[in-house]
Amino acid sequence: MLLHTSKVVALMPNDISTDIIYPGRFMATVLPTETPQYCFADMVELNNRLKNKEIPPNSVIVAGANFGCGSSREQAVSTIKGYELIIVAKGFARIFLQNSVNLGLKTVVCPTIEADEGDELEIQQDSVVNVTKGKSFPVEPLPKARQAIVDAGGLIAYTRKRLLEKYPNR
Amino acid sequence: MAMTLVEKILAKATGQPSVKAGDVLEPKVDLAMSHENAALVINQFTEIYKDTGIPLKVWDPSKIAIILDHRVPAESSKTATNQKKIRDFVGKQGITKFHDIRGDEGGICHQVLPENGYVIPGSVIVGTDSHTTSHGALGTFAFGIGATEMASVWTLGTVLNVDVPGTIKVNVNGKFSSGIYPKDLILYLIGKLTAEGANFKVLEFHGETIKNMSTSGRLTLSNMSVEAGATSGIVPADEETLRYLLEEAFVGYKGELLKPDIDAKYDRVIEIDASSLSPQIACPHTVDNVKPISEIINVKVNQIVIGSCTNGRLDDLAAAAKILKGKKVARDVRMLVFPASWRIYKEALKQGYIADLMDAGAVIMNSNCGCCLGVHQGALADGDVSLATTNRNFKGRMGNPNSEVYLCSAAVAAASAITGIITDPRGVK
Repeated sequence: MLLHTSKVVALMPNDISTDIIYPGRFMATVLPTETPQYCFADMVELNNRLKNKEIPPNSVIVAGANFGCGSSREQAVSTIKGYELIIVAKGFARIFLQNSVNLGLKTVVCPTIEADEGDELEIQQDSVVNVTKGKSFPVEPLPKARQAIVDAGGLIAYTRKRLLEKYPNR
Repeated sequence: MAMTLVEKILAKATGQPSVKAGDVLEPKVDLAMSHENAALVINQFTEIYKDTGIPLKVWDPSKIAIILDHRVPAESSKTATNQKKIRDFVGKQGITKFHDIRGDEGGICHQVLPENGYVIPGSVIVGTDSHTTSHGALGTFAFGIGATEMASVWTLGTVLNVDVPGTIKVNVNGKFSSGIYPKDLILYLIGKLTAEGANFKVLEFHGETIKNMSTSGRLTLSNMSVEAGATSGIVPADEETLRYLLEEAFVGYKGELLKPDIDAKYDRVIEIDASSLSPQIACPHTVDNVKPISEIINVKVNQIVIGSCTNGRLDDLAAAAKILKGKKVARDVRMLVFPASWRIYKEALKQGYIADLMDAGAVIMNSNCGCCLGVHQGALADGDVSLATTNRNFKGRMGNPNSEVYLCSAAVAAASAITGIITDPRGVK
């Protein structure tokens, strides 16, 4: 099933930390409406392209392993979510991946992905096809339990549903 | 079925006779910790209740802990406003384990929780901070979560959809030689595992070295387990844990001390000879870029930081004071000391460590996290090198992407303060 056809707008190496994604000095800013301005703040060119709306929604960042390592700060997810970017990575750090599921940031675990900036990708349920290179790479599915949160529209909606079940007579 | 320690704790938390790695569970939470990011948790918690008609009430105000520590006293009106919002919420909800900006009970969350007896062996602890792994030092399953997930915990009292993690067993035997500390052990282990080597797994610590290690040292190991990607780093609770709870946290614990089964299944077993370790340094810009100090040649430092949830406890201050007593911090080095809690600060005053450090030229800061993550105090100039006992050296970590951070033990930090270059404490007379 084809989910998105997208262009690669940035390549990133292994171990991209939450300090790179959303530097600690902006952590007093918490609202998802305000965090996007500081997305990759110290990667000035990328930050400017994002703020100037030069990067359309559903564009892809292709990253190495352990993307989002470090802090549990949820701003690191809401800041990327603000631009509706998709992260295709060889792997993600645990807390970042969970926060992405909870907030609905599109993350794709693709351990063998090969891509260059400007390549066109078809993101499918079980694979990423690099149309430019004519190659396909398998996707690791989310565990079923995580998928339930995605299907509910995020953790807020999922928890609200559970809360309402606790008060059946309302 | 034979179980690892995390499997035993999760079986208990879900009321099942046994669970195994890969199971998906919804464990009850015994303690839910947040710091300033409680401001965001409050937003998300309110959002969950929106339009439900159900009164906004946390599941159990006695099981929520909130410690203001990241930017204290507030560095900006924005932070002060967030802190005020948290204070108002705490009052309305009747949250009891609240530690405000106070010299009698404040400090860094990962020190405040254990020293107040909130960390009970065998329990499940979640925190909106990645270094929540620290509390595994007392035999708990403790792990970091995001703010929205915490809002869900505040609502339901459980963590939804937890995958029972696999476990890597770490056996450490042998005696540390003089000048070697638990920090050197955990840096060595992270270098060996790599920054993602334990991702989605638990580290379970065993062996004579661990058995003979104080709870303070174990907190350093568990604290930095997350730097290898681990969900949690657990030391099985033992006699030392009971001693700590009674003598340092002033609570008696008479409950069960859970142990892993002898024939439990581990994903991997790692053996370390502690007697062969030398001081270890994590070099810029990843925590797994670890080298023995003999390979660090002539690295000039501008700022020394001793403190944080990793190494700001009394034994760290004692080790630094012992090296610096009667000596001077090099003229071109700034040395900042952040005790991990005000209780530690007070004890260090009594013991004379604070005076020794001040006489040497160190600046004693209030207990807080700020410098470690570059949000408050101790900012670095372009081109500066910081040598710190903290836990992360990512590019930009201390607030300036054009600076470098090296990580080490308190002894290495103190010895290096004297010379102004990264120095082996074993050579200091």
